[in-house]
Amino acid sequence: MVQPQSKTENSHYVLEAKNLEIYYGSFKAVTDVHMNVERNKITAIIGPSGCGKSTLLRAFNRMNELVSDSSIRGEILFQGQDLYASNVDPVVVRHRIGMVFQKPNPFPKSIYENIAWGARIHGYKGKMDELVEYSLRQAALWDEVKDKLNQSGLALSGGQQQRLCIARALAVQPEVILMDEPASALDPIATLKIEELMQELKKNYTIVIVTHNMQQAARASDYTAMMMLSKDGERSGTVIEFDETKHIFTNPKDKRTEDYVTGRFG
Amino acid sequence: MKQIILNYPEARKSLKRRPRWGESIIQGLLIFSGFFSIFTTIGIVYELGKEALLFFREPAVNLWAFLTGTQWQPHIEKFGILPLLTSTLITSTIAMSIAIPLGLGVAIYLSEYATPKTRNLLKPILEVLAGIPTIVYGYFALTFMTPLLRTIFGQDTVDIYNMASAGLVMGILILPLIASMTEDALSAVPRSLREAAYGLGGTKLEVALKVVVPAAISGISAAIIVGMSRAIGETMIVAVAAGAGPNFTFNPFKGAETLTGHIVRISGGDLSYDSIDYNSIFAIGLMLFFITLTLNIISQQIVRRFREVYE
Ligand SMILES: Nc1ncnc2c1ncn2[C@@H]1O[C@H](COP(=O)(O)OP(=O)(O)O)[C@@H](O)[C@H]1O
Ligand SMILES: [Mg+2]
Repeated sequence: MVQPQSKTENSHYVLEAKNLEIYYGSFKAVTDVHMNVERNKITAIIGPSGCGKSTLLRAFNRMNELVSDSSIRGEILFQGQDLYASNVDPVVVRHRIGMVFQKPNPFPKSIYENIAWGARIHGYKGKMDELVEYSLRQAALWDEVKDKLNQSGLALSGGQQQRLCIARALAVQPEVILMDEPASALDPIATLKIEELMQELKKNYTIVIVTHNMQQAARASDYTAMMMLSKDGERSGTVIEFDETKHIFTNPKDKRTEDYVTGRFG
Repeated sequence: MKQIILNYPEARKSLKRRPRWGESIIQGLLIFSGFFSIFTTIGIVYELGKEALLFFREPAVNLWAFLTGTQWQPHIEKFGILPLLTSTLITSTIAMSIAIPLGLGVAIYLSEYATPKTRNLLKPILEVLAGIPTIVYGYFALTFMTPLLRTIFGQDTVDIYNMASAGLVMGILILPLIASMTEDALSAVPRSLREAAYGLGGTKLEVALKVVVPAAISGISAAIIVGMSRAIGETMIVAVAAGAGPNFTFNPFKGAETLTGHIVRISGGDLSYDSIDYNSIFAIGLMLFFITLTLNIISQQIVRRFREVYE
């Protein structure tokens, strides 16, 4: 297990997973994960499909527990606080740690209402029009939709829908944004747009992104967690290597990482 | 690996169109069933209209008096539909004011809150409830609900036969229907929408009421309309419990015969074919038909305005 170099003191990690195991019923989907997420950086999670990337990501905002019998062991700290402590409200967790999903999932409402939804439920008091514009600008979507805010969000192209979902997530002012393969349903140009957007967003937010696209991880992220099934014949995934992205891609310590990032996997 | 030879002889020969008898037969059957249902509907409306026309041709009847008259007394040739109409509307309104809120509540509970185990237990029970013969509900109204109302509100206030009792029990009858159809509509809303809402920090209630319900609104309106049509057309409960005689009143504790209740009662006796009473049944039937038609049209407009289309 290699920790990132900049291991000075705990407080500047936004998220820390320690000894983390995640279960669906009695099935242990993820085991023995240690990783830290730094503020204002992009952390990528890569690995073959089925190794538990989404499961790990969804543990970071307690999304997993919407699946009835899932549970975790070990610890996840969010700014030093135990995310799964009994006095922590998962609703508040998901407010502060937002999520963008693999398939764009705008609400079947207007573009405007998509953005306003989260603000309304959290009792936003300011001018809604301003917030809508601000969020859409942050998501680099404003110019494309400013004349059709009352149209359905579903009438947009896939790439625009995904940016709408990002804008919607930004509108509730989260500190962290989790993205689960946000570009996998998009064409290369829309993908590039999302990546550029991430570079903008990391100035203000911390981003954790799952991707199966090696180039994307190499291009866009600062840190990379390499996941794989822990042993041959075992069904639990784990993080086999976690380091700065440039090390993972140029000088990996683990042979399996090297095989995977160079495309010699499987 | 062993090579196998894929032999599709038909495709090899030519590109010519080939007959597909199976497809044609099935297609024919489907078209036939489509038209069959349309023609039966047309037939029913035609028959209804024809007989109703005979009624309106009677010298004793005039359309204006029919629509605005407050007395329905065939033996003195008074044919004002209002007493029957108000009774139908009052019983149905009472029924819907029970069935809509409770039905939606049950549906939201089942689809958003209940564990799969609870849901799988409760849903079949609901569907069984919806299948109990309505005559049973009728006597339930008469022997349970009416005495209950009379104890609560007093013997003098509440008649033995009254619209409130029939309406309340009708609400209980319709509740599972609305709940079950609404639950189907809510469950059909994609999981991804719920996840989006939870991901923004929505509570269960916010997700249910502000994302799932609006997304299912057209299915929910359909459930409500089916429920209303059922209430308006419901016969046995009102025939047994609401009262046996037209009575123009807005007091739900009084007995008053509904459109359907009246049809049942007078067709129970020996009505002679082509008598004015006999023909009046069809005029009442036509009235019922127009009410449900209007409801359907209104609801379609509402749904068109508020529908949220999801993929
Ligand atoms: N809701 C669930 N219930 C049970 N098992 C699940 C559930 N979601 C995922 N799994 C299992 O957990 C493992 C990891 O899945 P996932 O996190 O989706 O992998 P990835 O995102 O890397 O493709 C897989 O074996 C998958 O079958
Ligand atoms: Mg995944």
